[in-house]
Amino acid sequence: MNIYQDIILDHYHHPHNQGGSVLSGRSVEVSNPLCGDKIKMTISFEKNKVKEIKFQGEGCVISTASSSLLTDYVKNKSKQELKKLDSKFIIKMLGIDLGMNRIKCAVLPLEALHKLLV
Amino acid sequence: MLNIQEVKKRFSIFQNQPDLVYLDSTATSLKPKSVVDKIREYYEEYSANVFRGIYPMSEKATMEFEETRTIVSGFINANSSNEIVFTRNATESLNLLAYSLGRKILESGDEIVTTIMEHHSNFVPWQVLTSEVGAVFKIIDIDEEGYLNLGINNIKDQKSNIKNINQKLKVLDQIITKKTKILALTYVSNVLGTINPIKEIVTQVKKINPKIIVIIDAAQAAPHLKIDVKDLGADFIVFSSHKMLGPTGVGVLWGKEKLLKEMYPFMYGGDMISEVYIDKTIYKDPPHKFEAGTPAIGEIIAFKEAIKFLNEVGMEKISEHEKKLTRIAIDRLTSTFGGEIKIYGPRNVDDHNGIVSFSFGKYHSHDISQILADNGICVRAGHHCAMPLHTRLKLPATVRASFYIYNDEKDVEKLVEGLKKVKKILKA
Repeated sequence: MNIYQDIILDHYHHPHNQGGSVLSGRSVEVSNPLCGDKIKMTISFEKNKVKEIKFQGEGCVISTASSSLLTDYVKNKSKQELKKLDSKFIIKMLGIDLGMNRIKCAVLPLEALHKLLV
Repeated sequence: MLNIQEVKKRFSIFQNQPDLVYLDSTATSLKPKSVVDKIREYYEEYSANVFRGIYPMSEKATMEFEETRTIVSGFINANSSNEIVFTRNATESLNLLAYSLGRKILESGDEIVTTIMEHHSNFVPWQVLTSEVGAVFKIIDIDEEGYLNLGINNIKDQKSNIKNINQKLKVLDQIITKKTKILALTYVSNVLGTINPIKEIVTQVKKINPKIIVIIDAAQAAPHLKIDVKDLGADFIVFSSHKMLGPTGVGVLWGKEKLLKEMYPFMYGGDMISEVYIDKTIYKDPPHKFEAGTPAIGEIIAFKEAIKFLNEVGMEKISEHEKKLTRIAIDRLTSTFGGEIKIYGPRNVDDHNGIVSFSFGKYHSHDISQILADNGICVRAGHHCAMPLHTRLKLPATVRASFYIYNDEKDVEKLVEGLKKVKKILKA
């Protein structure tokens, strides 16, 4: 299956939760030097649940769409719930068949999220 | 003129994948049937170890193995096959030099000079060595077009221009000093495609410092250009079999015999030893001094079939063909996409080997190569093991299309069509 599905491209062209940062939130930066992708993510919690989340950065279609979908998903979820998310979840969330080389692009925002949950 | 259809018939992969558009020979080349057949011949007919058995099979294997050394020696016009050391790849050849030569001659305060356009394998070994010894690591920059910044654009073109030659000497004079022990330099950039004027550079640096050792990374040159080690004047030249139609697992280190004799061994073990006592060991002479352990026998034996193939086609014809394709690719990409595409490296294809690296719109290199892949076109995306160069160009990554003897104009057209699809899919 082609990975450039309409829904993926839509999130790439109009990413949710992109730009700016969460005031008084924690922030983290992750990168993949191999392709130059960089994501800065900021997050704030209320009663152990995600209140607000934003991301910035340059990336390919997959990492941008993954950031967009993931940041939508995490809102109002507890830290404990989010700690359980893994690459299988990301693949399911994107709903596309990623080759082994593109998994790295897809899980980059998850790496950022996990760092914010520590 | 090369008859590409005839060339393609000699590569089984095109029978298995008739629509293959392979534009990644800079990473590794495809292999002709003659090479694959020779590997099979070794494993099926005389798969004994070399330099050991007295029985006929081992003698046959040794003879075939050493014949490759002689053919490689002839291919680059070396003085003797004793100057040809087999390694795993060009990377290992360079690491061998950093270890066996670098540790021997480099002292605190000395200098090693390399360039910003190197592959990591001709950059990191010298960076690490200088840092361990307390020596100075110096980098030659590039200019905006992707030529080495030696003060003039192209030494060859400007030979007759006295004023520029003086200027060039002045610039090299600032880089190379009496303390420069090693200049490690690529013949052809694996990203920009720039063909460096090696002979002229070697002549100039040896005038400034006659004791300097010049090491040439010819991994991207040996598959495409006629190499004459005597004419180039360098002290060491390295390249890989797998980029020039040969098997993987085979690299070449050519060095002047006197220097090879003076160097430390690289690894210790079988084959490289002449006598071993409890208190000391006597090593074999080069090249065997550097070839410890059982080598990639079948692959080395088959490597000569790759060189025979290249010789049969002719290095000059190969070079000419690639220049033609590079010209066509640069022209077609520019005329189709205008300012949307940016191609790196010299515009003059006489100085530009068959490598076209580019960025396209604001599209990410991985997305471009993925969509091209979905359309059966193989290109490379990323920093191509040349991160310092990409940092210098202020780019995270590029897309690279490269040409060899089995590519033709149709492949260029497919690349152009593929990029049109990229635009169609990714545009906002």
